[in-house]
Amino acid sequence: MIRDYFRVLIVDLATGKGKVSTVPGRDEVAGGSGLGALLFTKFAKADGPWDDPEQPLIFAIGPLTGYFPLMSKTVAAFKSPYHDQYAESHAGGRSALALRFADLDALVLTGQAPRPSALVVGSRHLELKDVHYLRGLDVQESGKLLRRMFKGSGHRSILRIGPAGEQKCAMAGINVDTYRHFGRLGGGGALGAKNLKAIAIIGDGSFPLMEGKDYPKLFEAVYKKLTATDMMQKYHNLGTPVNVAVLNELKAMPWRNLQATTDPNVSGITGERFAETALLRNAACAGCPVGCIHIGFSREKFQADYRYFYRQVSYDHEPIFATGSMLGVTDCFAVLDIIDVVEQLGLDVMSTGVALAWATEALEKGVVTEKETLLPLKFGQNRVYEEAVRHLAFGVNDFYRLLGQGTLKAAAHYGGADFACVLGQEMAGYATGEVYFASQALGLRHSHLDSAGYSYDQKHKDKEVGKAVDFLMADEASRAFLTSMVACLFARGVYNEELLAECLKVVGYGALADTIDAVSRNIQKLRWQTRLATGFNPASVSIPKRFTEVTTWKGKVDGEFLAELKNAYARRLLELGAEAPAKVPNG
Amino acid sequence: MKILTTPRLERCIGCHSCSLACARLVHHSLSWDMAGIRIASTGGLSTGFEARTCLACDPAPCAAACPTGAYSQRRGGGVIVGRKLCIRCGEDAKACPVDAIFLDITGEPFVCLHCGECVPYCPHDCLEMKDLGGGTPAEKAEAAEVAA
Repeated sequence: MIRDYFRVLIVDLATGKGKVSTVPGRDEVAGGSGLGALLFTKFAKADGPWDDPEQPLIFAIGPLTGYFPLMSKTVAAFKSPYHDQYAESHAGGRSALALRFADLDALVLTGQAPRPSALVVGSRHLELKDVHYLRGLDVQESGKLLRRMFKGSGHRSILRIGPAGEQKCAMAGINVDTYRHFGRLGGGGALGAKNLKAIAIIGDGSFPLMEGKDYPKLFEAVYKKLTATDMMQKYHNLGTPVNVAVLNELKAMPWRNLQATTDPNVSGITGERFAETALLRNAACAGCPVGCIHIGFSREKFQADYRYFYRQVSYDHEPIFATGSMLGVTDCFAVLDIIDVVEQLGLDVMSTGVALAWATEALEKGVVTEKETLLPLKFGQNRVYEEAVRHLAFGVNDFYRLLGQGTLKAAAHYGGADFACVLGQEMAGYATGEVYFASQALGLRHSHLDSAGYSYDQKHKDKEVGKAVDFLMADEASRAFLTSMVACLFARGVYNEELLAECLKVVGYGALADTIDAVSRNIQKLRWQTRLATGFNPASVSIPKRFTEVTTWKGKVDGEFLAELKNAYARRLLELGAEAPAKVPNG
Repeated sequence: MKILTTPRLERCIGCHSCSLACARLVHHSLSWDMAGIRIASTGGLSTGFEARTCLACDPAPCAAACPTGAYSQRRGGGVIVGRKLCIRCGEDAKACPVDAIFLDITGEPFVCLHCGECVPYCPHDCLEMKDLGGGTPAEKAEAAEVAA
């Protein structure tokens, strides 16, 4: 629905009652990332703790969601259990289109449900349902029951947490429609703190389209562009795991807690190996013809005489890095087995793998003992890691409870911070060099997708700090606009500013189309000012020593250059924070 | 006359591009419901997808059930819907054996017209317009399978 304001449903989970609110600001913050930050400033207590029941959990879509292909993501905004600061996490699945057809630009959850509950929203629904009987159930089991409980197969999105989220673990994610996730920065813990096991979004509304042929004509052109480019080849065929072999060759793949950046045993976990031996099929987010979701299988012999059960497990570059190379596991089926346990328990796979890699090295070095780890953690031992994932999800002792709050928190207590692979949060699967390390350490989401630092490393050999920081700032602003639409960032090569302006104009957002540059910078500033107000100090971020010990294809990482980059980037972020407040409606 | 068939639906990735195209191009709506083809998962995404669409019955039970003559038999299978004659009684949807007719909140029916507008938007070539030469639904299904 095209409107110059945001239609937001605010649900008080303490009472189960909701209110539809009209929020101005379309031309200032667009939607998605911008809207998430705007609503956070309206509803959150910036200095209050993340688990204060009044803190909001926000899900927001953008002005182009559903109107164009690959405009298929939802932004979650919340105060993070991981760092107790403002956080954003993005997911696809059907969540974005379901919100669009539920006629909501955003859903804001405040308060805490008195009993373990599931929330159902739709264009004509609002219900908070007692589901105490789902407590403790894993993601797959609860998913099956939730599908039976709520109508709308195919046109609904089911968000749910596993036991890790119920434990309020800071590494717990929110599962979206089985194969996608609001994975990072503890969204699952934030939902758990609200006593909410699940959210079902029923996309049961429809809207009339604009008169004339301009819109369908532009849609067709965009669709053709998106399906004709090599994007289909890259993201559909092997998918993101194509990176595994490429990065390994480049000496940019983190192995065994980043003790190496390349390994000859990579062949068991490359995208090619997965596709040839473990791939069952592809799936897509609603509204995306690319279909980048790769689903493999994990099977287990539970009795003699070839009695097996199997599960379907989605894989990507990041889960393969986290549970494969980072843990020294080099067999694709062993990797899928670990991912499967992580999925069932509702943990974020990247944080989990990196945390366990640190625990393994800590045990090797005697920083911790088996008294803490309870298991003989050893690189390559996949079955031991499956057990360790369970310990982490349930927080079975002080060690795992602390580790689940973040690797650096465990390291602060036990030692071993030098080799904690943490860049704001547990690292992503790119050891490309200094610019990437600085960009994840200071990026708003601490994501490799905040800006293309990993790509900059691969294209530039110079060590010009100012040039690199200029690039990171400008790239982040343009990505902030894309994630306010809310586009899948895989489509960033197609949705340039010119095309976005055309798309916005044709559906009726002419003012936004004419001011993309200014609005991009405004959203960037609003997000940073929101983050800084919740206590983030980029100047105090330190990058663990391990990152300076890395050797990539460019040679050994230059610790001095990395420190200069980090400091310069931090200064720029602080300058942005000190500027006049971002433009939001009513001041 | 050709009809819309779904001979390769096992390739479906659940992108809903077909439904969105039908709603956009035929019904001038942004919708995944107001469409002659709708995609549902068959028990969660892990079990694949099914298409709810008209199988081009001849004679069509929905046309037989329509009390006002809004539905009439289409040559080659399926129906032609005269919207002005429709009183939104919902008998068509009740009569459809495969749940191919969507009724919106006002009771207005949406059923496949076998126009083929959705076909080019399927990224995996699941859909195809075919001339199956009439016959019973079972004969057509068999012919569609053979043709696939």
